[in-house]
Amino acid sequence: MSLQVSELRVHYRTLRGDVRALDGMSFELGDGEILGLVGESGCGKSTLGKSLIRMDGRMRHVGGRVVLDGRELPIADDRAMNDFRFKEVSLIPQYAMSALNPTRKIRRMVGELLRSRGAALDAAELERRMDQVGLPREVLDRYPIELSGGMKQRMVMVISTLLDPSLLIADEVTSALDVSTQKAVARALLGFRDSGYVKSMIFVTHDIALTHHIADTIMVMYAGRLAEKAPADALVKAPRHPYTRLLVDSLPEVGVRYAERRLEGIAGSPPSLLDPPPGCRFRARCPLAGDECAEEPPVAEVAPGHHVACWKA
Amino acid sequence: MTTIQEAVPRERAAVRREALYFAVRNGKLMTGLTIVLALLLLGLIGPLFVAAAPNEYSVKAMSPPTGEHWFGTTTFGQDIFAQFVHGLRATFAVGVVGGGIAAVIGMVVGFVAGYVGGLVDEVLNMLTNIVLVIPSLAVLLIVNAYLGIRSVAVQGLFIGLTQWPWAARAIRAQTFSLRTREFVDLARMSGSGTGRIIAREIAPNMSSYLFMTFILLFGGSVLIASSLDFIGLGPTEGVSLGLMLQNANQWSALQLGMWWWFVPPGAAITAIVGALYVANVGLDEVFNPKLRET
Amino acid sequence: MRRYFGRKLLIYGLTFFVAVTVNWMIPRFMPGDPVASMVARANVTKPEAVEAMRAYYNNLFGLDQPLLTQYANFWGALLRGDFGTSIWLFPTPVSQVIGGAVPYTLALVVPSVLLSWVVGNQFGAYAARRKLLDNTVLPVGYVLTAMPYMWLAVLLAWALGVIAGLFPVAGGYSFSMRPNLSWTFFLDLLHHWTLPFLSLFLVALGGWAIGMRNMIIYELESDYSTYLSALGAPARLIRRYAFRNAVLPQITGLALQLGVLVAGALVTEIVFAYPGLGSLILKAIQNKDFFLLQGAFLFIVLGVLIANFIIDIVYVVVDPRTRAGMAGAQA
Repeated sequence: MSLQVSELRVHYRTLRGDVRALDGMSFELGDGEILGLVGESGCGKSTLGKSLIRMDGRMRHVGGRVVLDGRELPIADDRAMNDFRFKEVSLIPQYAMSALNPTRKIRRMVGELLRSRGAALDAAELERRMDQVGLPREVLDRYPIELSGGMKQRMVMVISTLLDPSLLIADEVTSALDVSTQKAVARALLGFRDSGYVKSMIFVTHDIALTHHIADTIMVMYAGRLAEKAPADALVKAPRHPYTRLLVDSLPEVGVRYAERRLEGIAGSPPSLLDPPPGCRFRARCPLAGDECAEEPPVAEVAPGHHVACWKA
Repeated sequence: MTTIQEAVPRERAAVRREALYFAVRNGKLMTGLTIVLALLLLGLIGPLFVAAAPNEYSVKAMSPPTGEHWFGTTTFGQDIFAQFVHGLRATFAVGVVGGGIAAVIGMVVGFVAGYVGGLVDEVLNMLTNIVLVIPSLAVLLIVNAYLGIRSVAVQGLFIGLTQWPWAARAIRAQTFSLRTREFVDLARMSGSGTGRIIAREIAPNMSSYLFMTFILLFGGSVLIASSLDFIGLGPTEGVSLGLMLQNANQWSALQLGMWWWFVPPGAAITAIVGALYVANVGLDEVFNPKLRET
Repeated sequence: MRRYFGRKLLIYGLTFFVAVTVNWMIPRFMPGDPVASMVARANVTKPEAVEAMRAYYNNLFGLDQPLLTQYANFWGALLRGDFGTSIWLFPTPVSQVIGGAVPYTLALVVPSVLLSWVVGNQFGAYAARRKLLDNTVLPVGYVLTAMPYMWLAVLLAWALGVIAGLFPVAGGYSFSMRPNLSWTFFLDLLHHWTLPFLSLFLVALGGWAIGMRNMIIYELESDYSTYLSALGAPARLIRRYAFRNAVLPQITGLALQLGVLVAGALVTEIVFAYPGLGSLILKAIQNKDFFLLQGAFLFIVLGVLIANFIIDIVYVVVDPRTRAGMAGAQA
């Protein structure tokens, strides 16, 4: 097992109290596995991504552990986490378009970043990887503003994986791109895994269709909790959780664009995470809800590798 | 930003309540406001309690602060405390008039340039840049010297006419970013006119920003008025803090060691302007959540 | 880039044009017969000065000539370097009077502006997001920047000049000296220069420090900083990048503040009776020497425009984005 997350609780401090963005998440990620992490806005998927590499100032680690390759990640300790960042855990942020320092040429910035992490710049390796994602070498002698959005995105992908991290978090990397570029990015990410640049990957998105293309496993989150986690095919073709079913049913066929809009198309809205209601959190919107749903459903393994948190599954 | 904020609907009343919550807990804002309001109060009611007319001569000249003359007297026996409280009024007046006029011009130019765009924007932008580059004190020197400014209000008017460009620029940029937002599109599609959209949709959405702009313009007007007064181009009628400094300088308070003559007016200007700046930082923290946790 | 400079030059050209036009127009707004009231208001005793003034204004207003001709004449005189004759120092030409004062003003303004900018940026950058320092730099900065220039000048003159007796508080050099090229004279100049310089430097310092502090905080919140933090880059590197990016708006700020800084220099000179443009303007106002005042006005505008243009060039050198030929005109 490459990554083990158990009972992770992370809260956001707000004026009106703690928002329980992650409320007891447990899952595992195997070597070489690509996990698609799916859910509506505000379900906690971005929080999960951030928690694994760098929590922002308003986030608070309340409980639970994260173990990567047998070592516990000190996710609450910003300083201690530095040893793991980039080398063990790395990130392709959703703001990749603006992630590069505007006043440094790329080559110099990469060199300075690597040196600050005690690594030397292997120019040949860097260029090989740029070739792999189809970036011309001249890019290195340009300022970010001289690159197109897609180029910046690919450059960030190359930079983030330069130190061959064990875990890569790709946070909504495709949401700002058009379909053909989305596919290219997804292919490049697959290539990174196959070339062994990264051992495993969490692909955070709200696009189930795209996830299906590259992920081995898909995990659906709802209101800060795990709803369903299964091998990609099983999840898309035979979903067990009513929420997942609604998500998948709303896609006329896999591969259709605008999956995001469909995702939002389920009637009702998720519960407030300030003071979530007891029991199953999907209850209010669930067509199958019954009396037992007043109690919180445990995560059960209904088939090998297929986990569902629902009484009706 | 797929974070919690979207999940929790935020209506305007809630935002206002939240702003108030942070406002009363913001040390910078509260300290700044307290200082400004205290001095304003002193300027408003002080003159009612001081018997001496500010420029009245008396026999007791060059007296250091005493129980009778709190801030001492000038070489001519004028009561400095009386001048001080009257001067505060003039200073606040010039700030309100100058800052207000500059804010109005800046808003009109900024809104129109930012919202209408195109050629209108080009022309207004050019105008803004020209007025921005001309050193305003130099222009005011010429204007005041030739026209002989008599009242604080006219002084404020001319200051306002020269101070607006940076505000116009800032408001233009803000308007620009609001122009393409959904609620503005909606208003346009439902047939609202330009003026109405600006007044109903754009201005309210940047009201905190406009208020902060006014505060900075107010402070700037106070400072530039004091410089004009000091050069000898202040209002010929009445007293102001700048005129007090000018008199102190002109009649060698420095060489005579009469610190009580030049310390209070300068300290008051510094306190008013500094407190406004600090309050402004506080306001920024109140309205801009990113700055809160420092 | 050519477009960038073309645009800038156009604005500066127009600005100068507007300034000259204002200069020409304002006397015409004076109530009543401008020539008569001007001559009446000038408290000149020398009859030849009165004559010169009347002649100049009659030429200036030339009420019998068409308006356009008057305006053209005004420009003609200006381009010939003819700013008229000073009334106060009759019969010295205005250009010569101003020429004598400009070096003193430059010697004050240039070092104090540049040094306060450099030092203020360093202070501000260092203080940002460092609790203890921030809590001292910020309030001190706000007090300094809220001070009227002349007040700090008066305070310094009083404390270091009158009480401590360390520095002279009036003049550009000692009364007993005549300007010459010797070390003693230079040291004397420096001695007189110190306090006015210090007071200009300090007031400006506060503004730059605060500006830089705020810009750095903004940059530290930006995406590229967050990305670098996520990759575990040390704070040192992130701060260095933030500084580099935050300096750019500070350069623009320098251009925007020039007018205020020059105004500060004028009133500071008045406090110290320093023989620059500020003291000259005071004398011109006291003596109703309008030629001198108008000449000083044009000189200041010209100086500020030139400084603006220099800053534009520096900006292009420092910001790769303008050089890359994109995003140029926004500055």
